[in-house]
Amino acid sequence: MKNKQHVRNLKQQSLDISKVQHQHQRMSSHKTHADLAEQFNKAPERVAWHDDTLWFVRQKRDNAARGVEDWEILRETASKIKENVLSRLDDYLMEFEARALENGIQVHWAKDAAEHNAIVYSIFQKHGVERAVKSKSMLTEECHLNDYLQQQGVEIIDSDLGERIVQLAEEPPSHIVLPAIHKKKEEVGELFHRHLGSAKGEKDAKVLTETARQHLREVFLSRKIALTGVNFAIAETGEFVVCTNEGNADMGAHLADVHIACMGIEKIIPKREHLGVFLRLLARSATGQPITTYSSHFKKPRKGQEMHLVLVDNGRSSRLGEESFRNSLKCIRCGACMNTCPVYRRSGGHSYHTAIAGPIGSILAPNMDRKQFADLPFASTLCGSCTHVCPVKINIHEQLYQWRQVLVQEGHVDKGKQLSMQAMKVVLSSPALFKLSGKAGRKVMSLAPFALNHRLNPWYKQREMPKVPTSSFEEWYRKNRKKDE
Amino acid sequence: MSSSRNYILSTLTKNKPARSPLPELPLVSAAGLDLEEKFSKTAISIGSSVHRVKDYGQIEVILKEQFPSLKQVVSRIGEAGLFADQQQNLTEDPHALEAVDLAILKGQFAVAENSAIWIEENGMGTRVLPFICQHLAIVIHQKQIVASMHQAYDLIGDRDYGYGVFIAGPSKTADIEQSLVLGAHGPRSLHVFILAEEAEKVNQ
Repeated sequence: MKNKQHVRNLKQQSLDISKVQHQHQRMSSHKTHADLAEQFNKAPERVAWHDDTLWFVRQKRDNAARGVEDWEILRETASKIKENVLSRLDDYLMEFEARALENGIQVHWAKDAAEHNAIVYSIFQKHGVERAVKSKSMLTEECHLNDYLQQQGVEIIDSDLGERIVQLAEEPPSHIVLPAIHKKKEEVGELFHRHLGSAKGEKDAKVLTETARQHLREVFLSRKIALTGVNFAIAETGEFVVCTNEGNADMGAHLADVHIACMGIEKIIPKREHLGVFLRLLARSATGQPITTYSSHFKKPRKGQEMHLVLVDNGRSSRLGEESFRNSLKCIRCGACMNTCPVYRRSGGHSYHTAIAGPIGSILAPNMDRKQFADLPFASTLCGSCTHVCPVKINIHEQLYQWRQVLVQEGHVDKGKQLSMQAMKVVLSSPALFKLSGKAGRKVMSLAPFALNHRLNPWYKQREMPKVPTSSFEEWYRKNRKKDE
Repeated sequence: MSSSRNYILSTLTKNKPARSPLPELPLVSAAGLDLEEKFSKTAISIGSSVHRVKDYGQIEVILKEQFPSLKQVVSRIGEAGLFADQQQNLTEDPHALEAVDLAILKGQFAVAENSAIWIEENGMGTRVLPFICQHLAIVIHQKQIVASMHQAYDLIGDRDYGYGVFIAGPSKTADIEQSLVLGAHGPRSLHVFILAEEAEKVNQ
């Protein structure tokens, strides 16, 4: 009898869910991962291509990892070094600052994106410069530096080929390592034809890369300020390391009068010898290369050059205080978790509506704005593949799960999801109710599949109904075991 | 700004977890490993050309064969007298190096596991040289190949330099549909010359 009452309650709740979901869809001001993924999925062939391309990168990573005998020891060591960094980040930052100043590098501290942008702009003002070249820096993406400088009348040209492609397309990067991975060569050809004067219809990657080379060479040679990101900064020596395959960070920095490097404070590592561990892991995890073409160690400005380094917090110091989420600060931005993620591969980087997409982005973004990014920890199957490939062993899928709890408790999730999670909790905590609802579900699905496969249930987008078994496994087992005995 | 520094440092001090020790670094044994073979295989797999040579004269012959119509060559291995007839004086202004077709540098040591070669600023003259040239050649000594990056950083130790770089292969990109293209912004090719053991004695 008690069960019947429960079932009635559940039915009522599920009606409420539909109503609320409807409301939510109408009221929602920004597009969620689900909305954006739906757009991406309108072209199934493209989705398959995107999926295959990234899986290919994942396979290259696997081959590279298998080629290193002590791979697992290396991951464990990297994770432990980062653990030590997090426990002494304040000390290491001060040590780094002191050494960098001795080396002749000007060090700046920014508590948030706005301060970072203002610091960078003040260097432009000081030199009266209005144009600059920039190599890849996810931090400057996070801070929306390009948009800010553009508003101040400063033109930034991104020099990484993938970043230049998306910049010409007026789009953000869709992947932290492969910024234009969502673009077909025909689209790149069209962009280059329009902006860089390549032949109409040209789609040969070699020819298009040569076009970009000529265009960007002129940029490198004419810009007085070069911006770069930072992969690692060494507390012991006050130097920083930048990794590229194209050589674009070096072309910019070595030709410019002023080099501005921007980094999140978590990029510090204690000693130079620790680079041995991280440089062995980074490129193998990212693209399956044994190392990037260039691993550049900037210790002092060259003669006559000015070198600035901006240390940016932007929420990182407070994240350090959250036990469940702090080790997301170990991330070295290799992108392996994206390449392996079944959701990322089939929804595209732009569906995450944040600078860093994929599993790692989904646990970083809610730190910055819980309301705006409340949808992201739900854009996952929790399969754990991300955690499995992470070179610094971040428990990404567990954090995704933990974020869901936090976001529901704090009321950042729409009522529908909240109610269905509550309903699940009730059903899953009572074995009797679980059995009963299973029975009811099988009945409904076999008699009236349309009751589930309707537009209010997003699970059935692009999916067919599976065939419904007539009994549960438990029922089947009980019946068959009796026969045998 | 100093208030931001204080804010960041004090928040970190407040929020940091209990002290966690630094781990021992893994050791990669070079025992039983043919370092030259491993280096060469890896280098070729990432788009470099590898030549085993006895002396500098052989290097010049090979490079002239590879690049018959070079206009500007810069060699930073002065004592070897490479391309002596074509040497240009390096200027202070890095922009002037834009026309360099071929740069020849000496690598301080090389790493077998990834074919990376370490070069410090004083080996380049001008930092931009190994990036701005159209083609790059690096000469390493056979006995200066180590097994892994761990040995590499043992060698670098606490050396003081303004700038240093590991170079592994020619400049490359795969940003257009993952098709690999050599010669993104930097050199279109990298020729690595391994000076064999017995040859060094002759040169010295």
